[in-house]
Amino acid sequence: MTELHAVLLVAVTSAVTILLRFLPFAVFSGNRKTPAYVTYLGKVLPYAIMGMLVVFCLKGVSAPYGIPEAIACVLVILLHVWKRNTLISILGGTVCYMVLVQMVF
Amino acid sequence: MTTETKSDLRRALTATLPVLTGYVVLGMGFGVILQSRGYGILWALAMSVFIYAGSMQYVAIDLLTGGASLFAAALTTLAVNARHLFYGISMVDKYRQMKPKPFLIFTLTDETYSLVCSDAGMEGIHNRNLYFFCVSLFNYLYWITGSAIGNLLGAVLPFSTEGIDFALTALFLTVFVEQWLSTKNHISALVGVLASVLCLVFAGPENFLIPAMLLITLALTLLRKQALPPEQPQTEEDPVPVEHPLSEEQPVSTVPADNPTEGGGRHD
Repeated sequence: MTELHAVLLVAVTSAVTILLRFLPFAVFSGNRKTPAYVTYLGKVLPYAIMGMLVVFCLKGVSAPYGIPEAIACVLVILLHVWKRNTLISILGGTVCYMVLVQMVF
Repeated sequence: MTTETKSDLRRALTATLPVLTGYVVLGMGFGVILQSRGYGILWALAMSVFIYAGSMQYVAIDLLTGGASLFAAALTTLAVNARHLFYGISMVDKYRQMKPKPFLIFTLTDETYSLVCSDAGMEGIHNRNLYFFCVSLFNYLYWITGSAIGNLLGAVLPFSTEGIDFALTALFLTVFVEQWLSTKNHISALVGVLASVLCLVFAGPENFLIPAMLLITLALTLLRKQALPPEQPQTEEDPVPVEHPLSEEQPVSTVPADNPTEGGGRHD
């Protein structure tokens, strides 16, 4: 691959990413009122997207080796329901996961 | 600097700590691999500064070394990053008056989105614009710094970081649980999980995101009457006895240990 082609490839990847990020804002910009349907999606999507992102993160996990993920996820949920402290939940879950994958499994 | 400003900055720093962990480690991983394929620091910086999309940058390494065509690169980016359309759609109103808007939009990654998308956990922020800007900026800097360190120094951390990237999974899961606990209407959350799992089963891990997004949009469109969060004034005819989400349950005594994902999910 030539240097120029590599530069262009990075530029294209950047441009498409930027396009995807700006498109919704460009379509619903200015002083026009946002359509009610989009306002509605804006209100409900965060809940659905977080669910989607959790699945996205766990997508590579297959049944027998999903045990560390399952244990760590349950711990995160329990810690958060109990303490409602984001840092404690994330730290607890991550340390637990690291111990499990490095020492147990 | 006023005490309010300081307090908002501190809140932004605390909120982004999990992202700091995840981004520095994943950014370093990216930098290390890029270096091993013969691309030095300028490449690492250029990609992290101008693309700034974690999973796409990992994919881009393969595109670079595999000699992909520009057209293939564009299509791959569309497929991998299409979920950013979702983030934009749900932030259109929130970012309408925010400045600097182009920067906020450019830096809207999965992790930044998870920190700015919901009002859960935003109590006590004095200046939301400042807070959103700092969260976006800090995350951006963590990622760039991580990829630069990895590219220049290799894997320098003195302990095994295997599994540390779970911090980002834990971040999304925590936001999901926080949102679940602070609303009584779980239709949208359930739609997100069920549609994603369904598409994962049928389309496979590499291709499930776009079908999942379409299915979520379709389901939420059909469930428009049911899915609106109860914070909306329209639902006032259904009186909610407890005003503050934190007082919804006495957390210590009623941890639903048997089935945590269903905890608090009962509609009453």
